[in-house]
Amino acid sequence: MVILVFTIVLLISTLLCLYRIGRGPTPPDRTVAIDILGILIVGFCAFLSIKSGRDFYMNIALSWSLFNFLGTLTLAKFLEGKGFDE
Amino acid sequence: MREVIAFVIMGIGVTFDFLGCLGLVRLPDLYNRLQASTKCVTLGTILIMAGVIVFTGWNQIGVKALLTLLFILITSPTAAHALARGAYKAGVKLWDKSVCDQYGGEEQHEEAQN
Repeated sequence: MVILVFTIVLLISTLLCLYRIGRGPTPPDRTVAIDILGILIVGFCAFLSIKSGRDFYMNIALSWSLFNFLGTLTLAKFLEGKGFDE
Repeated sequence: MREVIAFVIMGIGVTFDFLGCLGLVRLPDLYNRLQASTKCVTLGTILIMAGVIVFTGWNQIGVKALLTLLFILITSPTAAHALARGAYKAGVKLWDKSVCDQYGGEEQHEEAQN
């Protein structure tokens, strides 16, 4: 029951992130919101894992945080206008 | 008792997540939004993972939650730093009422002070 309330609050936070992704005036705004959305999905995976008692959701959370980091770094270097090899 | 402590820690974490996303919507500038949302959401997710560790103990879920906690603690400020630097190089303007721009060098710093 408590986990259901926590999940609903995280869902409202996700909707706020989606508002910023759709509305954001510049591309860096959208990139910030995508980064935050990825970290929120890790929290969702944690709640799903302790609700169902299985451990592979934590595998999803770990790999999701890894790829979220890589994607954000790639978008940041793309915004900076440099190559990836310097 | 252990579940109550875990739920309190997770509740604090979820509150931080919600406040960070509220700052993502409400604040006026890219850099203000980056500061509020990144710090609050990083702390909130770390507290959720700590609550998972307290809730389940040292089984497979707890150890993976500890690994995810350490990974987010290292990578999320790094990503925010790279993102702020990229946005500044891409030419995103500061807010009109911003006081000081120390990354822009001495001239803009003095301009902002005058």
